[in-house]
Amino acid sequence: MNNNNKIFQFKLVLLGEAAVGKSSLVLRFVRGHFLDYQESTIGAAFLAQTVCLNDTTVKFEIWDTAGQERYHTLAPMYYRGAQAAIVVYDIRSEDSFERAIKWVKELQRQGSPNIVIALAGNKLDLAAKRKVETAEAQQYAEENGLLFMETSAKTSQNVNELFVEIAKKLPKTPTTRPGSGRVAIAPIDNGNTGKKNKCCN
Amino acid sequence: MDEHYDVIVLGTGLKECIISGLLSVDGKKVLHMDRNGYYGGESASLNMNQLWEKSHGKEKKAPETLGSSRDYNVDLIPKFILSSGLLVKMLLHTDVTRYLDFKVVDGSYVYSSGKINKVPSTDTEALTSSLVGLLDKLPLRKFFIFVQNYEENNPATHDGLNLKITTMDALFKKYGLRENIVDFIGHALALYLDDSYLQQPAHDTIMRMKLYADSLARYSKSPYIYPLYGLGELPQAFARLSAIYGGTYMLNKPIENIVFDEEKKIIKVTSEGETVTCDKIVCDPSYFPNKVQKKGKIIRSICILNGPIPSADKKFESLQIIIPQKQVKRQSDMYVGVMSSAHCVCPKGKYIAIVSATVETNEPEKELAPAYALLGPIQEKFVYISDFIEPIADGTADNVFISKSYDATSHFETTCEDVMDMYKRITGKDLVLTVHPNILKQQEEAGNQEQEEQ
Ligand SMILES: Nc1nc2c(ncn2[C@@H]2O[C@H](COP(=O)(O)OP(=O)(O)O)[C@@H](O)[C@H]2O)c(=O)[nH]1
Ligand SMILES: [Mg+2]
Repeated sequence: MNNNNKIFQFKLVLLGEAAVGKSSLVLRFVRGHFLDYQESTIGAAFLAQTVCLNDTTVKFEIWDTAGQERYHTLAPMYYRGAQAAIVVYDIRSEDSFERAIKWVKELQRQGSPNIVIALAGNKLDLAAKRKVETAEAQQYAEENGLLFMETSAKTSQNVNELFVEIAKKLPKTPTTRPGSGRVAIAPIDNGNTGKKNKCCN
Repeated sequence: MDEHYDVIVLGTGLKECIISGLLSVDGKKVLHMDRNGYYGGESASLNMNQLWEKSHGKEKKAPETLGSSRDYNVDLIPKFILSSGLLVKMLLHTDVTRYLDFKVVDGSYVYSSGKINKVPSTDTEALTSSLVGLLDKLPLRKFFIFVQNYEENNPATHDGLNLKITTMDALFKKYGLRENIVDFIGHALALYLDDSYLQQPAHDTIMRMKLYADSLARYSKSPYIYPLYGLGELPQAFARLSAIYGGTYMLNKPIENIVFDEEKKIIKVTSEGETVTCDKIVCDPSYFPNKVQKKGKIIRSICILNGPIPSADKKFESLQIIIPQKQVKRQSDMYVGVMSSAHCVCPKGKYIAIVSATVETNEPEKELAPAYALLGPIQEKFVYISDFIEPIADGTADNVFISKSYDATSHFETTCEDVMDMYKRITGKDLVLTVHPNILKQQEEAGNQEQEEQ
């Protein structure tokens, strides 16, 4: 068997300070739209989207922060086992860039050993108010082996490109997550455990 | 921060996180705080540096022979998840399963006359097991058939008894089951911690036996599953559920003051000089020392080993041993849980054995001797004795709903029963555990795919 049209699934997490545009980037990528006043969307912090490369399909299982970055209470479980992370900052804010660097360090210390990290300078449409120079961020990314792109969730500039670059860089090996032999947790009380449960609607 | 919440939850232990999640899903405005800088409280899983510091303080570092600190996720409260039990039902109800990965526990043993034997995984196996004497085989067979056929709402299966009144003791006597078999059923199958169940209605024990059988039937090796990276993942996963439904999370928040405003019927909670108000508080017992009472002590001994335990199958990467009370002349059972790198809780080659028991004497650690004797050489040991604490009142009078501390049982049934009971007292309605629509949809899709392939 070759890898033709094989589907590889990866867990991808978003990290970065509140309001830099993490949720907006995900919504732009998954749903293709942008909202100016992005309310934190209740009940939807888990989205999936696929990227087709030449001979493989990469399915991203995307975890958004559910607002837990606001008071710095993101649980370690959130980025545990993530094979990819997008660390986002707002190009208009030095502080958000500093915070992004802290997240990169945290991932390098606590994240999966081969995690693919992308640094995204978001709100590129507001470049007139830029505080973080492209060259500075670019250099940091190169020194630390990160993918780097400046993006705009608003205009969609570089959003797909960012996910495609991550998809390309991810290792396409059969077991990418630790611990073989994981079990699926399926419902119990349908009265006929093990048998197929046919619905009649 | 000057804001009003429906509920303020204090402490991020598993019970508090499940309740926080359920209430947020119900649309309640929830603020969830913890005085610690990490999630989980008593239900956290610690890395080696954290564990070492807890026992030895900051000065001395953990020896390098223990391996990398970050490879450890050591539970402070060891338990296994019955794969058809209430916790699994709660995971399915909330779709929190998607945040976690589980693996089956390889085996389960029961201690008898100084040795350990595999707990039989089928009725047939039980009947041929060396645990069952020749004379006991027939009555046991009859009893198993009775339990298998028992249906709560079908009196024809009740043997002419009212099992909501008849005690388990009486039922055992009716079937002529002798003490050692009774011990095996009550402790290794119904998983009771002590013998108080004998004087309770038989129905409960029969349901426990059925739960055991159902759990075993799911993955066959043992009735237990366990999450990768330790039990500490559970509270974090339910906290995420709460956050997704709008719950606000704050860690490192010491609580300075809690004031009851009787007139406005609100509670004022002050942390770091800021005050917020709420209608109700949900918390673990540590937040209200004057509203709780101590009900005994539990000893838990975490042992780091350099290999599998010599008394069990060497291939097993995870297992449980039940040491029934009478086998070691005690009033309550002792448990040993053994985990390894297979569940990502320690470095490769290491094994973690956690012995737990209700304290019965003035020399608690000595009580653990029969368990220690099963483990082989112990590289490092961390022993904790903690109080078992219960709220004095049920919370309906003062709107403070306090969870019980985690007991010495080896599974999560009593933990979840407390959660369900609290939920009912907090909201006034029963928690009905359904299966989340996302999971039903996934199942349907998987089913369709299977059909297409056929
Ligand atoms: N102009 C502009 N605004 C953006 C962009 N991305 C996000 N925003 C806005 O920034 C605010 C915060 O975005 P959100 O996605 O909620 O950030 P999060 O807290 O990081 O998830 C919202 O008002 C968005 O509309 C962008 O690329 N350009
Ligand atoms: Mg967001």
